[in-house]
Amino acid sequence: MKELICIVCPKGCHLKVDEEKGFAVTGNACPRGAEYGKLELTNPTRVVTSTVRCEGGAHPRCPVKTDRAVPKGKIFEVMAALEGIALSAPVAVGQVVLENVCGTGANVVATREFLFLERKRNQKEL
Amino acid sequence: MYDLIVIGGGPAGLAAACAAWEGGLRSILIVERDKELGGILNQCIHNGFGLHHFKDELTGPEYAGRFVKLLGETGVEVRLDTMVLEVTGQRQVHMVGKSTGYRVDEAQSIVLAMGCRERTRGAIAIPGSRPAGVFTAGAAQRYVNMEGWMPGKRVVILGSGDIGLIMARRMTLEGAKVLACVEVMPYSGGLNRNIVQCLHDYDIPLYLSHTVTDIRGKDRVEQVVVSEVDASRNPVPGTEMVFDCDTLLLSVGLIPENELTRQAGIAIDRRTNGAVVYENMETSLPGVFACGNVCHVHDLVDFVTAESQKAGAAAAACVLGGAASAGEAVLEVKNGDGVTYTVPQRIRPQRVDKLCGLFFRVNRVCRDSEILVTSGDAQIARFKREHLAPGEMERIDLPRALLDRAEGELTVSIREVEQ
Repeated sequence: MKELICIVCPKGCHLKVDEEKGFAVTGNACPRGAEYGKLELTNPTRVVTSTVRCEGGAHPRCPVKTDRAVPKGKIFEVMAALEGIALSAPVAVGQVVLENVCGTGANVVATREFLFLERKRNQKEL
Repeated sequence: MYDLIVIGGGPAGLAAACAAWEGGLRSILIVERDKELGGILNQCIHNGFGLHHFKDELTGPEYAGRFVKLLGETGVEVRLDTMVLEVTGQRQVHMVGKSTGYRVDEAQSIVLAMGCRERTRGAIAIPGSRPAGVFTAGAAQRYVNMEGWMPGKRVVILGSGDIGLIMARRMTLEGAKVLACVEVMPYSGGLNRNIVQCLHDYDIPLYLSHTVTDIRGKDRVEQVVVSEVDASRNPVPGTEMVFDCDTLLLSVGLIPENELTRQAGIAIDRRTNGAVVYENMETSLPGVFACGNVCHVHDLVDFVTAESQKAGAAAAACVLGGAASAGEAVLEVKNGDGVTYTVPQRIRPQRVDKLCGLFFRVNRVCRDSEILVTSGDAQIARFKREHLAPGEMERIDLPRALLDRAEGELTVSIREVEQ
């Protein structure tokens, strides 16, 4: 019997997972918790969020995420794959930045919109 | 004269303006001091937002983006790059902006949605020298996530609030070494899920009942000294640990930004540091409402949205429905044993439709407990909870019928159930 805190939503249910009974989960308030409890002990995964460089938008960084959870052990590989990527505004929410990142089946997608502003990176407006 | 002026274009202001539009107001202005709408959500690039409101797991920018899009479908006017200087008791809003200069606009109703700011080193008086490298966690978050700067390479985090925990993970992912997260209280101030996915996932130690007792370094932080504290939060000599680091991030609490509120003469609750509000988020100044983190600091943006929709809808009702009836009964909500604060602090039962949502925080970690709502000697409601913690805001819904039975005041308290 393993005790976990569910991270699916901010509620943070205190789960109990019984490895000997097919990873039966108790203490979950929703079905997603049961799924998380089983997955966390068999193949833990996380959504990775980070940023990539972006030229010509309102800010020099564009936030991105993996569009599904990737294996926990691959998080740093995904981070490394994002290095060196540069987008150019305009950028749309959901725009694919990197397909099938590190062979995980997940795409890295932009999470905010940038209109084209033609403002040079780091140039301060006075 | 506007129907409504909303001060602040973050999640609270956006939701309030949208709800007021839906409620029938057609002359609404949002005043925002930043160059863009969305507020702090723009720098909260992590996911976990919107599970309640959108039934979808979104990042901060996605959540803000959805609201900005909704707002675009209304006729709400937005004034960016504009700072509100003063709100008067007659609902005149003094503001200054780059394109508009100084101007005064009047409104029939106002929603205060200015949010909060971070406590700084000065507010908690950490001893030591004053080198570069001490940041609030939110400032560091903006540098990393929006502007593309890394504040440091070897990091200690003081405070285990959610922003500190999120930044522990973020700095680690970006290649920094986070040596420790230090919390003066015997429990974390952040959400449990963030302890798990931000600290445990990356083997970052959490030192509870510890605090920073010295910052060393001439030009840049070189060392941070961490000591254990006793039950009364005083450092215990001989327990010092020295961390070689170049950065100290502070996640030591948020302060609702209520200068405008105070200046307008609106009553402030010293527990929340926000305005005292009624069941519809109206403040002590009729026609002026407060919602989101300026009213009390929330854990979840979804709850900010819900609260702000309530405020926006109430502002619309106030403008379209005319003056309130005089001599309404008011219930004062009191903090009983185990309760730090409640929002709202005042309830007018006749204004409650079916249910009155009541938010509160507890002052200690409790296992199997009962939340008791009493009025005088009579218990009017009881709710069971398996787990309560100061870092997690609680909500109970009080039916109108029960409120009608109460007189003068309500007390909310916690009783732990013996096993």
